[in-house]
Amino acid sequence: MTIDKGEGVEWYRKMVLIRRFEERAEAAYGEGLIGGFLHLYIGEEAIAVGAMAALAPDDDVLTHYRDHGYLLARGIDPRPVMAELFGRATGVSKGKGGSMHMAVVREHLWGGYAIVGGHVPLAAGMAFANRYLGNPRVVACFMGEGATNIGTFYAGLNLAAVWKVPLVAIVENNHYAMGSPVERVSAVRDIYRKACAFDMPGVQVDGNDVLAVRGAVRERVEAARAGGGPQLIEAVTYRFRGHSMGDPQRYRTKDEVEAAKEKDPIPRWRSVLLDGGIATGAELDGIDAAVEAEVAEAVRFATESPAPEASEIDRDVLVAEGADHG
Amino acid sequence: MAEKSYRDAIREALQEEMARDERVLILGEEVGVWGGSYAVTRGLYDVFGARRVIDTPIAEAEFIGAAVGMAMGGLRPVAELMTINFSLIAIDQIVNNAAKIHYMFGGQVKVPLVIRMPAGWGQLGATHSQTFEGWFAHVPGLIVAMPGTPYDAKGMLKSAIRSDNPVVFIEHARLYGMKGEVPDGEYTLPFGVSDVKRTGKDVTIVTWSRMLQVSLAAAETLSKEGIECEVIDLRTLRPLDLAPVYASVEKTHRVLVVEEDWTTLGMGAEIAARIAHDRFDQLDAPVERLGQTEVPVPYAKNLEALMFPDEPRVAETVRKLIG
Ligand SMILES: Cc1ncc(C[n+]2csc(CCOP(=O)(O)OP(=O)(O)O)c2C)c(N)n1
Repeated sequence: MTIDKGEGVEWYRKMVLIRRFEERAEAAYGEGLIGGFLHLYIGEEAIAVGAMAALAPDDDVLTHYRDHGYLLARGIDPRPVMAELFGRATGVSKGKGGSMHMAVVREHLWGGYAIVGGHVPLAAGMAFANRYLGNPRVVACFMGEGATNIGTFYAGLNLAAVWKVPLVAIVENNHYAMGSPVERVSAVRDIYRKACAFDMPGVQVDGNDVLAVRGAVRERVEAARAGGGPQLIEAVTYRFRGHSMGDPQRYRTKDEVEAAKEKDPIPRWRSVLLDGGIATGAELDGIDAAVEAEVAEAVRFATESPAPEASEIDRDVLVAEGADHG
Repeated sequence: MAEKSYRDAIREALQEEMARDERVLILGEEVGVWGGSYAVTRGLYDVFGARRVIDTPIAEAEFIGAAVGMAMGGLRPVAELMTINFSLIAIDQIVNNAAKIHYMFGGQVKVPLVIRMPAGWGQLGATHSQTFEGWFAHVPGLIVAMPGTPYDAKGMLKSAIRSDNPVVFIEHARLYGMKGEVPDGEYTLPFGVSDVKRTGKDVTIVTWSRMLQVSLAAAETLSKEGIECEVIDLRTLRPLDLAPVYASVEKTHRVLVVEEDWTTLGMGAEIAARIAHDRFDQLDAPVERLGQTEVPVPYAKNLEALMFPDEPRVAETVRKLIG
């Protein structure tokens, strides 16, 4: 397959952006600028970037709480994303959501959901609404493999299959749900096979290969858009960092993590671009430098942004009655 | 007496009860190898092994339902929900099965189950910062314990494990590190017995869990101003023991209920209504209530800080109540 230079380089830029963004977030957490739970996406960047490349810009997306990467992959300005982590009024959710609850609805990013699996039925319902209203949009629903053991996963996908709605479930199998390896908590280890419970197509893809992810998601999205009903994709990857900040990682060895890093999607894609003569080292180094600057600017923006006004505390609890229902 | 943390006191109760009774076992997400998301069960896996410290999939309705079945089948399971927030997923199992089975089958079946779960917050956002004790206390068939000191936590958990009833045992994440006196020897504490944690003559503060500590701190401050608060720790919300509260009202004639939960339709409302009904002629002022700002908890630190009663607000409310 030939790789379009513009696209290939852009995927590289986005993966590097997510990586650097999260490293800065990690540092900011250490400095006490970010609070609560912070779940880093480091190691899984190829999935968000490959999937977003396959989705139309107005396809709807619901994600779990490991959600910063999806926003950046969709092209959201890193400044309000960082500001949300800092709990600032300029954040994507106005500082009210934090790391686990980020939404940019104007870009069809319907939010990060922090109750494992709770968003799968929402995705099924939204796909129903799209079809009902005649929107050609597909709904992509991202989750970890751990989410595939909870009732809402089964009941949600079953509904989607009964309704035959355009939903693409993308399961990121990073091998661990917190400290639980997939073998210890799931009777079926190849997650894509769970699709057979709903009589829907299920495929497995190398989640560290951005091009492969783009290809698999594109196929499933096309099938869903063409009326083929819901689809399941298992993207196999690895989480390089702990589950969230402060995880002592007693459940795995350093050697295992180091071995997984050999398959790091970013150097891997960089080599593809270089070996294929698609981009030069100098070009990619230039991108690296530009990304560094962009992330530094996001941190500056977040740091200098104001905290929400105290009066924000009870704003948006309910939509005002009589508001436009359009 | 030895000083121990709330966390260690709870772990000690678990360990002692598991050693005492082979039927006691632990199950929940990450309770084994990880040692519990708040490190309460740390080390128990090494002592008791995978047979008795069981890591479950992320599936709260299913493992709480399974725990009900284990209890019916002759075991004495202690299920851990990572946080009280995830109890929403298991609420049907807790309300319709755990709470009702004994009654519904005419007393033939027992469900000796303990469900442990921390409440708490700390920039975790709206889905992860909830305090639902009032919801559970609403349900007949459940015992709802919410200890506010390490001593109470240990004694009450032991009673919970030995009880033949389903017990909802709500811990507080922000108390885990708190230290207090916990004797080394064996002791249990009964349910439905409130405890006067501080005596005073001017105002009665009724509270439980972390708000006990906040109220005691406020009482200290007020004492320096010459205002003496009696602080009563309910310890169990169901059964609810208001006898010491009534005795106190007869002395102070003024009551403040401090809770961390939303106030509307909550525990404070229930307590205020009972006092008004049973001790109407003793009150010099309407029962005052303090609770959480009634919004989903925001992430931003400055907004979150405005959410819960704190020492200055408790003290201020007491001053107003007197003034
Ligand atoms: C219903 C529910 N139970 C427990 C938790 C606590 N928790 C947060 S993330 C997580 C692990 C999820 O693992 P997985 O779905 O594989 O996603 P990953 O974190 O690996 O990306 C758990 C148990 C939760 N958020 N929701």
